[in-house]
Amino acid sequence: MRASLLLIAAALVLPASSARPETPADFAAAFAEEARANEPHFSGLDAARGRTFFVDLHGGEWSCASCHTQDPRAEGRHAVTGKRIAPLAPSANPERFTRADKVEKWFRRNCNDVLRRACTAQEKGDVLAFLSSLGS
Amino acid sequence: MKRVAVSTCIGLVASAVGFAAGPVGARQGARISAPPLYTSECGSCHVAYPARMLGGASWNAVLSGLGAHFGVDATVDGAELEAIRAFLESAARSRETSRDGKPLLRITETRWFRSEHGDRLWKRHPLSPADCGACHRKAEQGSYAERDIELPAPGEAKRGETR
Repeated sequence: MRASLLLIAAALVLPASSARPETPADFAAAFAEEARANEPHFSGLDAARGRTFFVDLHGGEWSCASCHTQDPRAEGRHAVTGKRIAPLAPSANPERFTRADKVEKWFRRNCNDVLRRACTAQEKGDVLAFLSSLGS
Repeated sequence: MKRVAVSTCIGLVASAVGFAAGPVGARQGARISAPPLYTSECGSCHVAYPARMLGGASWNAVLSGLGAHFGVDATVDGAELEAIRAFLESAARSRETSRDGKPLLRITETRWFRSEHGDRLWKRHPLSPADCGACHRKAEQGSYAERDIELPAPGEAKRGETR
């Protein structure tokens, strides 16, 4: 009886989906799943498309590379303040793409900075495919 | 259920801030060490500026405009934002930093900052005044002491731009 109460309590506290992303591959899978749901003709994530997206100014002042550099394995510098930014590519910085709150926060802020809108799941997934394609 | 999670979150954040803010009744403007939440949320794009560098009204104005924070989206989730606000209000400079009755948003526009640094400094060292760590080598550890100042070589590559 007590055990089943505990189980119910656990079910109430834990998030509905047990597969909480915590590796770059988990995030890629989640982005791909969301992109497929949004777009029936989804044909997978694409590192080359992600690279193009990463260096493009999208009609504005900044690209992702403005702060993270053309080679995201390198240390970046904030385009306004000059502050050092740790490498973005998981091969160079194992902390990247391991926490959902951080991934959500930085895509929210930076997509708004570069594109003045939210990124689609396809765009986020392509960028992650590009970052993950960079070896150490 | 969501409400429970959110209030738990607020509780955790508030207790973390309360712990770091030190004893109740600490003097306003005293050097209260910044809670990890402040450092992580407000110390990614620039040094987590010491709370004592602006008055409470200035900090509140900054926090009210994080959607367009000097041209950048610096939004923070609601519960965390309120915890940061509580910390900044408790540790702010006791004297307001304002001009013509309006709270200043930039530390670099405050009278004390300008008298400390002077205008010629930026001509000799074309760095972003937002980049404290370029000269205050221990800024990230919270030290702005004279002994920790080391000017870069004149003409060293510009690291950032002022916007």
